[in-house]
Amino acid sequence: MNTEGSTIAVELNGIEKRFPGVIANHDVTLIVRSGTIHAIVGENGAGKSTLMNTLYGMHQPDAGTITVNGVEQHFKSPSDAIAVGIGMVHQHFMLADNFTVLENIILGAEPTHLGVLSIGDARKRITEIAAASGTHVDLDALVSDLGVGQRQRVEILKVLFRGARILILDEPTAVLVPQEVDELFTTLRHLVDDGATIIFISHKLDEVLAVSDEITVIRDGTTVTTVLPRDVNRATLGELMVGAELPSPEGRESQVGTTVLLKVQGLTVGSGGQRKTVDDVSFAVHQAEIVGIAGVEGNGQFELCEAILGLTAISAGSVEIGEHDVTSSSTRERKSVGVSYIPFDRHREGLMLTSPLWENTLLGREGEPRFVRGPLVNTAEAHRDCNEIIDRFDVMTPSEIVPVFALSGGNQQKLLVGRELSNNPKILIAAHPTRGVDIGAQAAIWAELRRARDEGLAVVLISADLDELIGLSDTILVMYDGRITATLDPATATPKMLGTFMTGGKQEVA
Amino acid sequence: MGDETRIPAADGVTRGLSKLMTPKLENSKNGLITTASSIAAVVLALVISGIMLKITGKDPINAYRKMIETGLEHDKLLEALQRATPLMLSAVAVAIGFKMNLFNIGVEGQYLFAALIASVVGAAVSLPAPLHVAFILLVAMAAGSVWAALAAVLKVKRGVNEVISTIMLNYVALSVIQWLFDTWFRDNSKSDLNVKTKVLPRSAWMPDIVTGRLSSMFIVAIAVVALYWVIVFKSRFGFRLRSSGMNSVAARTAGISSNRMIVSALVMSGAVAGLVAMPSVLGDIHAYGQGVPDGLGFAGIAVALLGRNHPLGIMAAAALYGFLESTAGALQIQHVPNSIIDVIKAIIVLTVVIVNEAVTRSMNRRTASRTSSALQVAKPIGATA
Repeated sequence: MNTEGSTIAVELNGIEKRFPGVIANHDVTLIVRSGTIHAIVGENGAGKSTLMNTLYGMHQPDAGTITVNGVEQHFKSPSDAIAVGIGMVHQHFMLADNFTVLENIILGAEPTHLGVLSIGDARKRITEIAAASGTHVDLDALVSDLGVGQRQRVEILKVLFRGARILILDEPTAVLVPQEVDELFTTLRHLVDDGATIIFISHKLDEVLAVSDEITVIRDGTTVTTVLPRDVNRATLGELMVGAELPSPEGRESQVGTTVLLKVQGLTVGSGGQRKTVDDVSFAVHQAEIVGIAGVEGNGQFELCEAILGLTAISAGSVEIGEHDVTSSSTRERKSVGVSYIPFDRHREGLMLTSPLWENTLLGREGEPRFVRGPLVNTAEAHRDCNEIIDRFDVMTPSEIVPVFALSGGNQQKLLVGRELSNNPKILIAAHPTRGVDIGAQAAIWAELRRARDEGLAVVLISADLDELIGLSDTILVMYDGRITATLDPATATPKMLGTFMTGGKQEVA
Repeated sequence: MGDETRIPAADGVTRGLSKLMTPKLENSKNGLITTASSIAAVVLALVISGIMLKITGKDPINAYRKMIETGLEHDKLLEALQRATPLMLSAVAVAIGFKMNLFNIGVEGQYLFAALIASVVGAAVSLPAPLHVAFILLVAMAAGSVWAALAAVLKVKRGVNEVISTIMLNYVALSVIQWLFDTWFRDNSKSDLNVKTKVLPRSAWMPDIVTGRLSSMFIVAIAVVALYWVIVFKSRFGFRLRSSGMNSVAARTAGISSNRMIVSALVMSGAVAGLVAMPSVLGDIHAYGQGVPDGLGFAGIAVALLGRNHPLGIMAAAALYGFLESTAGALQIQHVPNSIIDVIKAIIVLTVVIVNEAVTRSMNRRTASRTSSALQVAKPIGATA
């Protein structure tokens, strides 16, 4: 933890990077000491990733210098950065599922002897590296059989195998449950003790305070300040990061209604030889109720939503919306009786990126009487409606005719949430409604969800942000391996508790 | 924090922003840029072709001058429109597919199949004149649809990529046509060298607008382009079709069945394709036989690309192709090989695709940066550190 007097591993000076459409970096100054964990915190879109991509050689800065271990560097590509010992662990894993751990680690940097793979050498080296860094993973396991935490370890080993001594970890905890986060931090400490330097990018303040030796705050594309964790707390760090007070998902009194609006019974997806992705799931959502679903990604939440929406075939069970049994209805029929959906991936499932905003807000609602003029689309009304959504949800855009790709992620999400809430649905399935959005947009989306709920909306909320789940939900269900494995009261639930159930812990039946 | 959580000072900002960029103006400006870039691409193609002429020892300036001189003659202009007619139809057929993100390479097979069926069925019935023509047009559309539907069924039921299936179905169509023709439909009553199906009765002969020069199918083609515009760009069905083409997953999530859109798009595409050979069948040969032109289905792909699937673009591109083709003879007289016309047409397609791609990218960048700079200006003071 001794940060004084140690040598400097990375120094960025006056870095400037201009990009059309995104907040670029300007006047960025960063000093990372050797053998420390240096956190970089900032909101989504503050420019953290741009900066790290600069350091990793993904693109060249327009101005400023990069100095690594005392030598000024001009990276043309990531391979230049790798050559001087910089490695990057991406937020989204880049692993080949049907390869073993060992194969994945050496992929792209295969040690050969006279043109023949020398697996034996590779195994020996990886075992040494793993032992030195305190990472334990079965080298012969198939990556497809590994959990998220283990996959991340493989990514780290991959980077170490290429000789990295300076590791950049981009939002490494975003996909982990609390227990896995602890394990990751242990690994990081091991690495640092072994002499490595770690640059840790995050926007989760508690984690940053817990693990880092120094913290640099980045806001609106520039470095605001560098602080020591002992000099700040969560609130002050948050204020530095946002430039204002942090919003919180909590604080409300809800009146859960008595009418059941959504009833799912014995829902099962996948049968016979297939793995059951959703296995005998039953729950009900009442009027003015938010039911949160916690779970590590890939435990059936996606398939559950698709099944409720009628987007995937079910093998058993039923879905009832209000009085209607919609088990065999089409997606459009379900939507027309009042189901809205904020999908998991807004780019893939939600928006048409190259189409103008107004066509995007019209999508899925083009059959509503107000948007129809005979067989034609009532374009004027669609424009008017889009402008209403823009105003009501504070979508920052010059007009409704710009294509969606020109907006920031947060504004795209607000537009999407606006579309799904604007036709006064009875039921909203909201998957990660605030994923990848800035704090301002997050607060706005939370407020809209709460308001809609108070007006009687029944919400199924799926989120990886456990604070969001606990803060907004009236009931929390935990989904593990396709089943509902726990039902919790958010008043008493803690992220740690959720983490236990999310990784397969059992709830004693009361 | 209560229910009134809002971004500070964001109210009114968006309203103020709209003044920075007037939507209507911005839209028409983009249209102008697109048009200008297409024209620039055509000019570039002429320059490249000119260099090729020069290298082969011909005088490009003289060749182009001759092309323009003859091309602007009254008869040649009519010929250009006559040649543009099937190209418009074929291009619309291809463009309908493109709008649903489907590459219908099978227009070729669809229109030849439709031409045979329509000729045979048309010759077998007797109806009063206008009805007879309309009936044959409908039969041709139906036959084209049926052939295109095969690819749709393969895609929806079996997941076969339509590029592969439509290419294959072109070959199948040729063989099926040959077989049907040889076994049943060939008219052996006349000892003519020019074999064809039974000649259509007079009532099914479509009158020309300008006798021997321009078929009434020209008007039908213009009407088809107009209908294409209304149905695909203005109707609710068209919105669903285009949305599904833009992002089929998002459209499906929004309740638009992509399978239904695949079938609709290919059936519509096939119906329009069915009309491609009608200028020849109804206005010229009055039967199916040699003389029904081939290759129009592939030419339609080029015209649709050149016209960027836009109704006006398709008309302009078809007219340009018609013009170039009509001047081929004049070049021959100048001892310039008329195959240079094919070279020019091919280079135009290449330059248009390349220039359009470059322009689209730079316009996208421009839009993104203008959007962000417009927002930067509007950001309340104090928001940036």
